[in-house]
Amino acid sequence: MKGTGPRIPSGCSITGIFNRKAKRFSGADVIKSIRLMHDRSNGLGGGFAGYGIYPQYRDHYAFHMLYGSEASQHETERFLEKNFIVDRSEPIPTRPHPNITDAPILWRYFLRLKPYAVEQFSASQDRRLLGEAGNGYVEKNFVVRQIMDINQKIDGAFVASSGKNMGVFKGVGYPEDIGEFYRIDEYEGYMWTSHGRFPTNTPGWWGGAHPFTILDWSVVHNGEISSYGINKRYLEMFGYHCTLQTDTEVIAYLFDLLHRRQGLSLENTCLALAAPFWKEIDRYPETKREAVTAIRQVYGSAMLNGPFSLVVGFTGCMIGITDRIKLRPLVCGQKDEVVYLSSEESAIREICPAPDRVWTIRAGEPIIVTLEEGVQP
Amino acid sequence: MTRSLVSPDFLVKIDHQHCRRCKRCVLNCGFGALSFLDRVVPDNNKCVACQRCVAFCPEGAITVERHPLTFKSNGHWSSDSIKAIYKQAETGGMMLTGMGNDRDYISYFDHMVLDACQVTNPSIDPLREPMELRTYLGSKPNALQFKEQDGDVVLDTRLSPQVILETPIIFGAMSYGAISLPAHKALARAASIAGSLMNTGEGGLHKELYPYSDRIIVQVASGRFGVNQEYLERGAAVEIKIGQGAKPGIGGHLPGEKVDQEVSLTRMIPVGSDALSPAPHHDIYSIEDLSQLIYALKEATRYTKPVGVKIAAVHNVAAIASGIARAGADFVYIDGFRGGTGAAPTIIRDNVGIPIEMAIAAVDDRLRQEGIRNQVSLVVAGGFRNSGDVAKAIALGADVVAIGTAALLAMGCHLCQKCYTGNCSWGIATQRPELTARLEPEEAAERLANLLRGWSLELKEILGALGVNAIESLRGSRERLRGVGLNQVELDVLGIKAVGR
Repeated sequence: MKGTGPRIPSGCSITGIFNRKAKRFSGADVIKSIRLMHDRSNGLGGGFAGYGIYPQYRDHYAFHMLYGSEASQHETERFLEKNFIVDRSEPIPTRPHPNITDAPILWRYFLRLKPYAVEQFSASQDRRLLGEAGNGYVEKNFVVRQIMDINQKIDGAFVASSGKNMGVFKGVGYPEDIGEFYRIDEYEGYMWTSHGRFPTNTPGWWGGAHPFTILDWSVVHNGEISSYGINKRYLEMFGYHCTLQTDTEVIAYLFDLLHRRQGLSLENTCLALAAPFWKEIDRYPETKREAVTAIRQVYGSAMLNGPFSLVVGFTGCMIGITDRIKLRPLVCGQKDEVVYLSSEESAIREICPAPDRVWTIRAGEPIIVTLEEGVQP
Repeated sequence: MTRSLVSPDFLVKIDHQHCRRCKRCVLNCGFGALSFLDRVVPDNNKCVACQRCVAFCPEGAITVERHPLTFKSNGHWSSDSIKAIYKQAETGGMMLTGMGNDRDYISYFDHMVLDACQVTNPSIDPLREPMELRTYLGSKPNALQFKEQDGDVVLDTRLSPQVILETPIIFGAMSYGAISLPAHKALARAASIAGSLMNTGEGGLHKELYPYSDRIIVQVASGRFGVNQEYLERGAAVEIKIGQGAKPGIGGHLPGEKVDQEVSLTRMIPVGSDALSPAPHHDIYSIEDLSQLIYALKEATRYTKPVGVKIAAVHNVAAIASGIARAGADFVYIDGFRGGTGAAPTIIRDNVGIPIEMAIAAVDDRLRQEGIRNQVSLVVAGGFRNSGDVAKAIALGADVVAIGTAALLAMGCHLCQKCYTGNCSWGIATQRPELTARLEPEEAAERLANLLRGWSLELKEILGALGVNAIESLRGSRERLRGVGLNQVELDVLGIKAVGR
């Protein structure tokens, strides 16, 4: 199952639904929304990310795994048991679906950290590269390292998602079929994102479907990152290994690096990834100009260039953003406490016929949706 | 003395039917190869094929050809190598030359091709969309910190000094002394027009260039010519010159003949005295010594300017560059073996050093492995012929490309490689007043600015075809390069895939 070919460029449909009061709702809505954009994908990849779906395991790292063989499953389980306390291990529930074939072994684990393993890891860290330690910072770096090791070193094993109280369900097929296959209508979450894929040169593979994740970050992406080559080399400098042969992977890692590890605000992270043009920056008032100039000087290698619209999920947060000249569509809608993002307005109206507001997102300007004040995810 | 065995390289033909005996050619030849008796008479032995007479003959009556006299064909002994032996047997000296290595080594630029977008990611039209080449020269931190201040989020990290460039192409180091004052002025003026930089080389800064100080890199070389507090303050950046691509490990020698009143004042040496740059800096015998000089210069300029170090690309360039970055430099300037010179021993120029393409790849890789790539800007030089070479160097990992030979060509140089004689008919590599007067600084500056503009426009076309609209998205993006006709080791060093992969 492990891909060895070149990365696969793709075009796509994306959608995201977010309840700002953290009220949980079924995955049925997001299936309905993405189904409408059937023609934007070609049946070679679809997937969903749900947040708030594992309240009974909210403090566990939920690992969703794709295995090419039983051997890779056994090897991974030995690896997980060595580094984590495995509180629950079970197959991801699916239902037979006529259009979904050749599924790999799909398994999920609810994991707690082994303090000893983290301590050992912490002692081996290169502080200079990692910057300041914050709350739970080293622990998360530890988890990232384990994910990198599994993806890179265990043949046929891929981590589909690894965050807390969230999970990713993805595979080869049309997204609506994938959703039914994974029975996501039976889960409830306060945020759902989804992706229908149109890879352009090889049959898709299960690991290559969106969303792409690292920890709580998930990314669905329509477009192609033309700056992938340098983004990947930049991330390698900080210990990320891009193994999934797709440009989207770098986006999740960049959010993790800039926001979680280096402590940039989400706004500044978005400024680094979809930077304003110099001629705009030169017109900013001094303090802002100084800040954004420095962001472009320092994070030039992290800038995402090429056509993209993204919906990025994070615990308690959903971000929509496009490239700086908006070569891919993204529409935002809002009805009461629910915010929608989608490639097409029709996909919003399909599940919310009378939104309070619908608008088109401006090039390079992020929409950052957070929970209402005082609401816990 | 017996007659010289060295036969002429070139044959000058005068079409006497069309020649109207105006003697302009005689006046124009800086090498004394033409004289007038009853008509124009060439001395083929003196001709260097600088083409000045050809360009200035109003009747088009002069042609310069390769001399047909050939040695018996020999796969091993070229006529150049035979003639060099005659010359050395006659003089007992070292062979000298000017400009860059002209041997037939592989050009890796010519074995790399760039990518372009088709359908899945759209190309971008630079005539209709913004396309950004702006580049900052200077050290960057790995991360930024922000703080809250009066409800605003403001930058808390103080960046090292940065020099803004509107194009990633600057002029390489060429000293006043090696080249003429009009040439120096033209470079400074063009840098100012284009938002680029010129580099004083090791010969100090003439007062007439002061108006352009914000566009000048001032160099501190082993001879320390012209270096004083004011000189350092007049630069936008300071560069310590350790080595040069054309003559790695070799010092410099400006003959006393080239040291006239103005050069003397600028270099701060007596008129007519040889300016000898030692091979090493006599206060730098180790990397920690270099670090001291870097910080001495930073102290002297109160940490307001980037301080860089220029080295020649040699076998161990990656480790050396890493050492320089860790020694505190804000930029590393690497000069490949095709880099030019005003004068160098031919044997060094043609046999020492490595191609800049490989040096860029090795240095960029090494700095990334060590996690210190952000700490330095990488300036590269050494025989860049066109914007395609520039784009490929940037894709390999360079921040900025410096051009020397191409800039001289833009001013009229015809690459005769005789800079070391001081007879440059084009008024560039000479201090003879009747020759330097030929170069009009305003016009030469315009030609140089035109060249930068032309290459910058081409870079924008390349970026647009690649589907990106900022130079930083190409920088280090080796995924956009493929190798053609290279073996696996070469591909691995360059960090690129073969075409078709």
